[in-house]
Amino acid sequence: MPKINIVIDGHSLQAEEGTYILQAAKEVGIEIPTLCYYPHMVPYAACRICAVEARNERGWTKVVTACNYPVWEGLHVHTNTPRVLNARRMNLELLLSQSKPVPVLQKLADDLGITEPRWGYGTDTCIKCGLCVRICDEVVGAHALAFGNRGVDREITTPFHLESEDCILCGACARYCPTGHIKMTDIEGRILHSELLLGPNAAITIPFRQAVPNVPRIHTNQCIHMKTGGCMLCAKVCPKECIHFDDQDEFEEFDVGAVIVATGFQDFDPTPMLQFGYGKYPNVISAIEFEQMNSAGSPTGGKIVMENGKEPRSIAILHCIGSRDQNYHKYCSRVCCMYALKFAHLVTEKTSAEIYQLYIDMRSFGKGYEEFYQRILDEGVHVIRGKGAEVVPTKHKRADEGDLLVRCEDTLISKFREIPVDMVILCTALEARKDASDIARKLNISMGADGWFIEAHPKLAPVSTTTDGVFLAGVCQGAKDIPDTVAQAGAAAAQAMKLMSKGEIMMDAAYAVIREEFCSGCKICNDLCPYTAISYDELKKISTVNSALCKACGTCVAACPSGAIVARHFTDEQIYAQIEGILA
Amino acid sequence: MTKPKLAVYWAASCGGCDIAILDIEDKILDVANFFDLAFWPCIADFKYADVEAMPDKSITLTLFNGAIRSDENFHIAKLLRQKSVVLCAFGSCASDGCIPGLANFYDKQSIMEYAYIKSPSTDNPNGVMPQPKTKVPEGEITIPYLWNTVRTLPQVVDVDYIIPGCPPQSNQIAAVVEAVIDILSNSKPLPPKGTVLGATDKSCCDECKRERNIKKITKFVRPFEIIPDPNLCLMEQGMVCLGPATRSGCGAKCVSANVPCRGCYGKPINIHDQGAKMVSALASVIDSTDPEEIEQIIGQIVDPAGTFYRFSLPDSILRRAQV
Amino acid sequence: MSFEPKILGILCNWCSYTGADLAGTARLKYPANLMSVRVMCSGRVDPGFILGAFRSGADAVLICGCHPGDCHYVEGNYKCMRRIPLTKLLLKGIGIDPKRVRLEWVSASEGNRFQQVVTEYTEQIRALGPFKLSDWAFDPEQSDPSDNGNVAHALENQPVATR
Repeated sequence: MPKINIVIDGHSLQAEEGTYILQAAKEVGIEIPTLCYYPHMVPYAACRICAVEARNERGWTKVVTACNYPVWEGLHVHTNTPRVLNARRMNLELLLSQSKPVPVLQKLADDLGITEPRWGYGTDTCIKCGLCVRICDEVVGAHALAFGNRGVDREITTPFHLESEDCILCGACARYCPTGHIKMTDIEGRILHSELLLGPNAAITIPFRQAVPNVPRIHTNQCIHMKTGGCMLCAKVCPKECIHFDDQDEFEEFDVGAVIVATGFQDFDPTPMLQFGYGKYPNVISAIEFEQMNSAGSPTGGKIVMENGKEPRSIAILHCIGSRDQNYHKYCSRVCCMYALKFAHLVTEKTSAEIYQLYIDMRSFGKGYEEFYQRILDEGVHVIRGKGAEVVPTKHKRADEGDLLVRCEDTLISKFREIPVDMVILCTALEARKDASDIARKLNISMGADGWFIEAHPKLAPVSTTTDGVFLAGVCQGAKDIPDTVAQAGAAAAQAMKLMSKGEIMMDAAYAVIREEFCSGCKICNDLCPYTAISYDELKKISTVNSALCKACGTCVAACPSGAIVARHFTDEQIYAQIEGILA
Repeated sequence: MTKPKLAVYWAASCGGCDIAILDIEDKILDVANFFDLAFWPCIADFKYADVEAMPDKSITLTLFNGAIRSDENFHIAKLLRQKSVVLCAFGSCASDGCIPGLANFYDKQSIMEYAYIKSPSTDNPNGVMPQPKTKVPEGEITIPYLWNTVRTLPQVVDVDYIIPGCPPQSNQIAAVVEAVIDILSNSKPLPPKGTVLGATDKSCCDECKRERNIKKITKFVRPFEIIPDPNLCLMEQGMVCLGPATRSGCGAKCVSANVPCRGCYGKPINIHDQGAKMVSALASVIDSTDPEEIEQIIGQIVDPAGTFYRFSLPDSILRRAQV
Repeated sequence: MSFEPKILGILCNWCSYTGADLAGTARLKYPANLMSVRVMCSGRVDPGFILGAFRSGADAVLICGCHPGDCHYVEGNYKCMRRIPLTKLLLKGIGIDPKRVRLEWVSASEGNRFQQVVTEYTEQIRALGPFKLSDWAFDPEQSDPSDNGNVAHALENQPVATR
């Protein structure tokens, strides 16, 4: 592109051929007011507020609209001459004669020193700038809006004044209407690149602040491009050209030598335990919700507040919600006592609230845990031995008391207690994921009645499973805290590495063998093998077992009607001898 | 030079085995030339006393057909063992029990009652039963005493070789005869004791010409219920074919004639129980994972025990029904 | 002395044997009447094993495998699920009460259930009484119990009717 030399308000600059004055001025930081300009569309010069004075070296001069006046060699632009300001004032006054003094016009009027427009104010709020029509046409691609009528009757409308079927409800028109003539009530949602945001909801967002990976994602059901094929603004502005609308979810297959199952847990939902009022009283929250609130990235910025935004004056932390409970999970979730104590510590650090811990047994079993418990006691946290029985609204409360009444039996003093608090934190159980059984089936590992995966041996093979090469790490195998998880994960990784680093695997000596001399190729065994280890040799007319695939279940051995298949280490003779011996 | 002596005896059997020996056509002349017939009640008159009078091990080869189900059978089995160098269990009755062995589904009393009193064709209003000993003017006469349980020959005496089949196929007998003559005339070593002659180590499927696919059975049928595809495995067509759990050697004659194998050649060498193995194999390929449907499908098999143990009940693990 | 049944247990390695192990490590008591043989999968159970057990003096046979759908070998237990009913028909045909064979699904975590099944089955078999193996061994000297009033006689000294 050839460069063109121009001068704007005394700044000499080079602009690319074909650019307009407005763009060139922006490059050197000179703002020219405008109402109907949008950088990704063809300029339209409807509002005419962007009037500037163009001159050449020979003294020729003309007031032009900056948004659609292309630069030429030797152009001098003046944005602030009395002539320019007069033109702008005149144009603005004409706009105001149609429109109410909406904020954007009022501000311009103030800037230009208009106190009382000569022709008074109009009654409309639309200034017929056409930004909405053009954005719907050029960017969104929905073509749902148009100008109707002519002259003084000109208006923005949908074709034939009917509800448009082409409108995709993206809200771009409302967002870019300079005067607020077009409204869309629900303008919320996170705004990422606000200068690109066409509608009320950003179709590209980062899920939350600490998301991993911390990159934006396109919500295909909100993305205008996905609906109309237009827009693509994000792709146009992305300097690295990262955005590809054609990208699809892809299934990738990997050959792996080992699998580590670390599918974790899900949080127990305390809603069914009506006595705690979770979901009913806004300030009864679960531990994970409290943890979220506590995080610096939370909407509260890490402040501990109640629903009304005020700091709680007292907090009850209820242990064992859903765990150690005959009706829900019988097991101990192992992590709750300690995180509940941590919560207490965080609360004392951040607020001056009174804290009540209601526990069944304080299980501070780990290294340094008991010491931490002592420290919490020293910090003045009230610990009450007795499980929280129920949470009800406080009646006849004093002004300094909380809205929620926690009832419990304090078993150390054998007294029934009622504690009014502002906030209740429920330490919910860790439970196996709903879909754990799918994983178990897929990987052929076993799962206990409580949903945790079962290790090959509780003492001797705590990270292995009954399937070779599949290892367990973390809570999917049973409730455990972070140090234990890290230790187990390390062990699982080491086991996997052990397999991989060898480069070869040791096979179990137990597998099935077909003795060729006895096989008559009846094919009864062929479909019995779940590992497709048995195949039929068309040449020899017999079946054969691929010993590398065989897992030694022996189903084919039991089925082989001619006794040609032998299960090594579980032969018929061995089993008959065992039966005879054991019953003798 | 004296010829080697041959004995052929029938115990509890139908006589088919003797006929099968004669079915070897012109080879029978070789037999007659090579052997001296020491004892063959089916074709010539011999007295037990003649055999008793022979010196021990004076008979070179005894082909013993028939199961052991009476004192008489047992006595002759012992006698021939004593007098023979080589004793062969000849045919399915001697080796597996065969059809006479089906008596093991009942006890002796109910068999006797049915045979002499209850059967529709019997007219015995006084309920006269055969007596082992009867006094007649000439003295006391006896008839053989019937056992409660039918036994196979190897269960009661030491047997050298087994030639299975009901009856053993003529071509197999001819081959055995040829081999025996060859061994004896050229002083070759005998095959190891316990060898099964006239059959192979594989199962009937080995000789079956039908096309076999992956088996998935959803319905059992009896042979008269369908017109089977002549080229497709009968089991795949829903028939209870015992071929897979039956020793080969017969040439798969029945299956070639669209009749499922009934298992007369007995169990292959490596299995313990023909019936149980057939149950295992057949049930494995039933195409269902629903317990009720499985019950319904296996319910279509008529008389499973009788079908699976048609030829081998006395040779099975439990040897007889528990009655 | 009351009748103590002998029950052969054939347990699959991954679920039921582990379940039995769990019953043990959890110190759950179950009757000592069960004698277990381990196979890799209930699909390994040959009906011959059941007959063999009866021949060897068992009063009943208990076969345990993984729950349907949970087989370590994907579907070995389905093969067992098909074989046992047909085996029971076979047993019925040879005069053995099919109640003397039982198929149960016990998972690795069901130590309790294993205890329950064994206890209950032992009681059931105790009530059913001992299994008597009739006439298996060959003993020609034995007089025949089903002899219709015939005098017993030894074979050796008896002249056999000639034809």
